[in-house]
Amino acid sequence: MAVNTDDSATIFALSTAGLPSAIAVIRVSGPKSGTVLERLSGRLPVPRRASLALLRDPKDGEPIDRSLTLWFPGPDTATGEDLAELHIHGSRAVAAKMLDALTSLSGLRQAEAGEFTRRAFLNGRMDLSEVEGLGDLLAAETEAQRRQALAMAEGGLAARIADWGAILTAVEASLEAVLNFSDEGDVDDAGEREALATIERVHSEILNMLETPPAERIRDGIRVALAGPPNAGKSTLFNALIARQAAIVSPTAGTTRDIIEAPVDIDGLPFVFSDTAGLRESGDAIEDEGIRRARAALGRADITLWLGSPSFAPQNGTVIRIHAKSDTRGSARGSDEDVLSVSARTGEGLPALRHLLLRKARKMVPREGQVALNRRQRDSLRVAAEVLASARAGDWILLVETIRQAREALERLTGQGGVEDMLDALFGTFCIGK
Amino acid sequence: MAIDGNSAHYDVIVVGGGHAGCEAAAVAARTGARTALVSMARDMIGAMSCNPAIGGLGKGHLVREVDAFDGLIGRASDKAAIHYRLLNQSKGAAVRGPRIQADRILYRRAIHEMLADYEDLQIIEGEATALDLDGDGRSVKGLVLDGGAQTIAAPSVILATGTFLGAKLHFGMNSHAGGRVGERAATQLAHQLRDAGLPLARLKTGTPPRLDGRTIDWADLEMQSSDADGWTMALRSDCRVNPTLFCAIARTNRRTHDIIRASLSRSPLFSGDIQAQGPRYCPSIEDKIHRFGDRDGHQIFLEPEGLNDHIVYPNGISTSLPTDVQLAFLRTIDGLGSVEIVQAGYAVEYDHVDPRILGHDLSVRTMPGLYLAGQINGTTGYEEAAAQGLVAGINAARHAAQEAAVRFDRSDSYIGVMVDDLVLQGVTEPYRMLTARAEYRLRLRADNAVTRLTEKATRWNCLGAAHRNVAARRLSALRTVRESVDIGISADIAEKAGIEVGQHRESRPLADWLRLPGGDAAGLRAIVPQCASIDDEVIDEVIEDIRYAPYLERQAGEIARLAADEKLRIPETLHYADIAGLSSEMIERLEAARPTTIGEARRIRGVTPAALAAILVHSRRRAA
Repeated sequence: MAVNTDDSATIFALSTAGLPSAIAVIRVSGPKSGTVLERLSGRLPVPRRASLALLRDPKDGEPIDRSLTLWFPGPDTATGEDLAELHIHGSRAVAAKMLDALTSLSGLRQAEAGEFTRRAFLNGRMDLSEVEGLGDLLAAETEAQRRQALAMAEGGLAARIADWGAILTAVEASLEAVLNFSDEGDVDDAGEREALATIERVHSEILNMLETPPAERIRDGIRVALAGPPNAGKSTLFNALIARQAAIVSPTAGTTRDIIEAPVDIDGLPFVFSDTAGLRESGDAIEDEGIRRARAALGRADITLWLGSPSFAPQNGTVIRIHAKSDTRGSARGSDEDVLSVSARTGEGLPALRHLLLRKARKMVPREGQVALNRRQRDSLRVAAEVLASARAGDWILLVETIRQAREALERLTGQGGVEDMLDALFGTFCIGK
Repeated sequence: MAIDGNSAHYDVIVVGGGHAGCEAAAVAARTGARTALVSMARDMIGAMSCNPAIGGLGKGHLVREVDAFDGLIGRASDKAAIHYRLLNQSKGAAVRGPRIQADRILYRRAIHEMLADYEDLQIIEGEATALDLDGDGRSVKGLVLDGGAQTIAAPSVILATGTFLGAKLHFGMNSHAGGRVGERAATQLAHQLRDAGLPLARLKTGTPPRLDGRTIDWADLEMQSSDADGWTMALRSDCRVNPTLFCAIARTNRRTHDIIRASLSRSPLFSGDIQAQGPRYCPSIEDKIHRFGDRDGHQIFLEPEGLNDHIVYPNGISTSLPTDVQLAFLRTIDGLGSVEIVQAGYAVEYDHVDPRILGHDLSVRTMPGLYLAGQINGTTGYEEAAAQGLVAGINAARHAAQEAAVRFDRSDSYIGVMVDDLVLQGVTEPYRMLTARAEYRLRLRADNAVTRLTEKATRWNCLGAAHRNVAARRLSALRTVRESVDIGISADIAEKAGIEVGQHRESRPLADWLRLPGGDAAGLRAIVPQCASIDDEVIDEVIEDIRYAPYLERQAGEIARLAADEKLRIPETLHYADIAGLSSEMIERLEAARPTTIGEARRIRGVTPAALAAILVHSRRRAA
């Protein structure tokens, strides 16, 4: 963790995205939060109760807005610090004026991205796995993302890890009982075989967890690439697919000149469609580059919509073969059940395509409420799984060492545990000692 | 209180002649400090007050480590040993624990002889009734003996008073003040420490009844013989000097348990007379029956107390039940049907100081010059005591010489693990060394203590000439073996030396061959002529290193990574209560232990990574 940012400053940020809106919330966190409220409204409101106040610019006393203010004295707040919230009217002008006023106060600065969460973490208000879930939650753009992030924030992963940790701790304790007290009798010579069987069980459970779809897909969207030969109707279909959703998201040009990407929400699931447009233009060098990029886009895609001849369709990954321009040519249809006929112009087949995309995509993302893993979590779980897979009979200390390593890998995700927990398990279970 | 001109001057004064005190006095003297050892009874110096065994799992490691500093406990053990046993022989070298049964008389004699060899060490018989403090009452300048009859001066004083501080003995429902049976408690000193604001707490420990071996039917019992091979506890011991005796194993049964259960109300442990916490790993027989009532029997190890001594120590049945109950339940046990008790078992309640007031040098942070070692810090066991005596002795002498304090690390020794545990975590029960406490136990083996610690022992000036020479020879032999294992060896040669080479036909470094079955000391000697005269012990140490190499490398990486945390200082004046988000439990623990670095704070139980981050940030803010 970086510790170089100035964590003693009072920070503020506009928490509401997408002005104008009815209400815009500005959060202030840090030691001067109370002073800020006093300077703006002339008094400190009753803690934890919404109070109406006329907020004035501290420079010249000019009124800015009549708004609700909330005062949360630390440390029992979301960030663990003194916290203030200003619920102002959500016009751009009011918000801009209010942020200006805050900036002019000494000891205050705009928060950096994620800084509120960072403070909550630094002040012990949440552990690592909660922080990561919360980060996703704040960035969530769709309902599904929100629910998945909530499952993480509420400690779904932490609970599973705690289970595995407890099982491994118990096995370790039974081995340690023998290693530490074998001379003192009354210790069951707990079978190595028993330990290995338990290790195998935890190992396979972790592997199962690793097989659940990754969290990134639900955060970043399921990548759908439209591909096929020039003039197959890719761009028309692309526009049709995103046009219906334009009220929710607007298309944005991809970073590469010749691939256009657009995020789209279908029934609460996030998609990113990419049109491999470069294939259509053909100057030699440009076409080569275009083909290279198109291939790369296909390689990254979770689902490919193939608009070319079915026999040339890519073999890898999830491919939906499409007979485009079904309004103009009827020839190829019907011969192949798997080919979906779509007319972007008339809209024929589009609902079926969306339905099919949703069906395929749902298998690729965690079910709602299911614990999803991000990369760091997958890495740590993978380490734990690899370590457990290396457990062998023969040397008891190495067996214990294996369990310790696996526990460490798991504990890195939640930051708990240690030798003392193992000793507690040991002394609670065995009658040892002369 | 001190009478100037009339008082003797020393560099270091040690109070208490138990295992901590003797070791502390001896090492202080070895480093050249003028040292006084104060004991209530000269004869009782070096007495083994509990079971007549030294070493064992975890404890054997401590003995070897103290021995690597030319300490007393290993050599005294070898002089007194009448039974040798290497525990966990089949479980891997890192957890093997050497243990001996000692003849009490021989042990005490050995300690007296060794102490007499130190010219700078003077033994003073008397009761330490008070610390002689400076005007501000916050630093030590000497010790008051026998209520003011004499005052001796020193810049460093080590208290190694064992269970004698405020001690109370319980025989059944009767109790009285006393340290051991027939000896006084150090009651006045306890009052002074309490008045000085040192946090004291109560612990309890117990002993079993001592039996008359002539009344035991040995033929009815399973016998345990001494290990046949010739290992010794101390580096300098050439060979075993005493004849060896058998131990035996007896077992309690349902009738035994019924008698004990029926008499629980007559045990001070259950009547509420004893409130203090006893050790979980050394429960009284009452506790065992109460907590693990479903068991149909508990083992009792019958350990002889000496060659010319008929007293037998029944290990495993410490008790504070009344004597008549003790005799009744003993006689239900096979082999003990007509046994007689020589000395009834009893429980001891005593004061200990919360060791979190100590630094890693075992000095009291708030009273410069005062050091605490042994049971006074809440530990149990001769070995734990001796190891703390070593740490306190070294540092008290350095303090007197105005040299900087030194410390052991968790990554170099069990001593380091123990001190770190004590000063950061404190104790809730008498602390005993366990190999499970050491996170780096693959490198902290009983067989490699000399390799691990000789450099420190030399740098800290703890080694006598005789020890230095033997250690140097061993380390030189070790280097020879280590160099030899890098040599490429053909499969034919390896096979001829008894190594099961299997499918391998290529030439490989000797180290690789030694990982295979049959790769042992004899094989290595057959392959490498330079090693022909090197002992098994030295070669085995290298082979263990090779076998554990992948794990040792991983641990070395971890140690290096964690070392960075040890460089992150926490200001001495940091108020943990000011850090938002720390739970009150964390604040209490951090304030009690006052960790000096983030690495230390990380090891305090219950301190989460988020809390650490907050402490770090707060420390930086304070520094800024």
